Amino acid sequence: MSTDVLVVDTGSANLASVGAALRRAGATPVISSDADAMRRARRLVLPGVGAFGAVMTRLRGSGISDMLVERLDAGKSLLAVCLGMQLLAETSEETPGVQGLGVVGVPVRRLQNAPRVPQLGWNEVVPDSGTVMASRGFAYFANSFAFTQAPQGWVASWSAYGSPFVAAIERGNQVASQFHPELSGAWGADLIQRWVDRC
Amino acid sequence: MLTRRIIPCLDTRDGRVVKGVRFVGLRDAGDPVELASRYAADGADEIVVLDVSATVQERAHALDTVRAIREVVDVPLTVGGGIRTESDARALLDAGADKVGINTAAFRSPQIITALATRFGSQCVTLSLDARVANGAWEVVVRAGSEPTGVDAVHWARESADRGAGEILLTSVDRDGTQSGYDLPLLAAVSGAVRVPVVASGGARTVADLIAAFAAGADAVLAASIFHDGLTTVQATKRSLANADVQVRL
Repeated sequence: MSTDVLVVDTGSANLASVGAALRRAGATPVISSDADAMRRARRLVLPGVGAFGAVMTRLRGSGISDMLVERLDAGKSLLAVCLGMQLLAETSEETPGVQGLGVVGVPVRRLQNAPRVPQLGWNEVVPDSGTVMASRGFAYFANSFAFTQAPQGWVASWSAYGSPFVAAIERGNQVASQFHPELSGAWGADLIQRWVDRC
Repeated sequence: MLTRRIIPCLDTRDGRVVKGVRFVGLRDAGDPVELASRYAADGADEIVVLDVSATVQERAHALDTVRAIREVVDVPLTVGGGIRTESDARALLDAGADKVGINTAAFRSPQIITALATRFGSQCVTLSLDARVANGAWEVVVRAGSEPTGVDAVHWARESADRGAGEILLTSVDRDGTQSGYDLPLLAAVSGAVRVPVVASGGARTVADLIAAFAAGADAVLAASIFHDGLTTVQATKRSLANADVQVRL
């Protein structure tokens, strides 16, 4: 069985951390900016550091956004991290006026009542019943924005910082996390391992 | 809820971990990869690597050290020392850093803060602020603690956050390596002046020092000597904090 995982080069992400975590899970990460290669990939990671508008513009210009929408609609494997998760939305309060992928029908909101912004650190993740990938535990977050409602058709996990927000959503082989599993110690490594093994 | 972070700091020079007192008299404290790996396995919430000689000697950062640490460490890695340009930061992120710490260059050319925040996001940009007591307040000190600036530290903290820094790593030069406790009034003044997270650094010895830092407004505490010298472990520290009702990840 192939251990290859294609990692989307979004131009600003912490690709080395994602790559190292995938190698620790026994996978072979390959960084790519070729939409056709991504279309064919067995497993795809959409990593997340950067700003919503800038990254979305880049993905749209390279045809990667169309590929992602097709892939999501077809139920093919995807692990979307942090900003990668937020890109699934139609809109984000971070960059008003810029269209996201529009795959989930809830907007990305600024964290409400947060003591300090950005949220930097480890927060508890509590899954709704029915998750397969996410388990209860502590994950590392670095964000100022998040989903505050669970989108239809996905199973959500939750966390709270000032107010509740969505920590992750999953649907079959597709997982999108607001936290960084690649930086979340043994707990995050387990999640990545489950995703690699099941996809 | 968000837990308080315990962050071991590795000051590195020539590929080795070093530690001094008030930024001078550096002595060898071990291998960076081995120490980072041990601390992460022991419950460190993040690892900070600061190349303490990079700015002074105008030496390029030890990217190899960062790469080697990244392969074995599965918690966030913040790297600082000698970053002057966007491409310096990019090289560190490519090598495996998750956040970059900027200090002297940001003080000299504050627009680099905004440039980095725009490119990589504020959550990726830590302003490293070294301060010392001066005339009843605190002044910013740059070039690895060697050059006083006369600029008010609280003012600079606020300005850097306004320009896009997503976190302030606040080191008391007076307390660094002395194990005499954090400079709590400095911590309270800075954390009260900004909305971004503040990391307390310089002077930790006991768990009581860490508790006092959190009470003064720190979101995270950084410590070096107490862990390198084996006075305590990360895990033992976190258990003591939990017993004192400080929320930590165990």
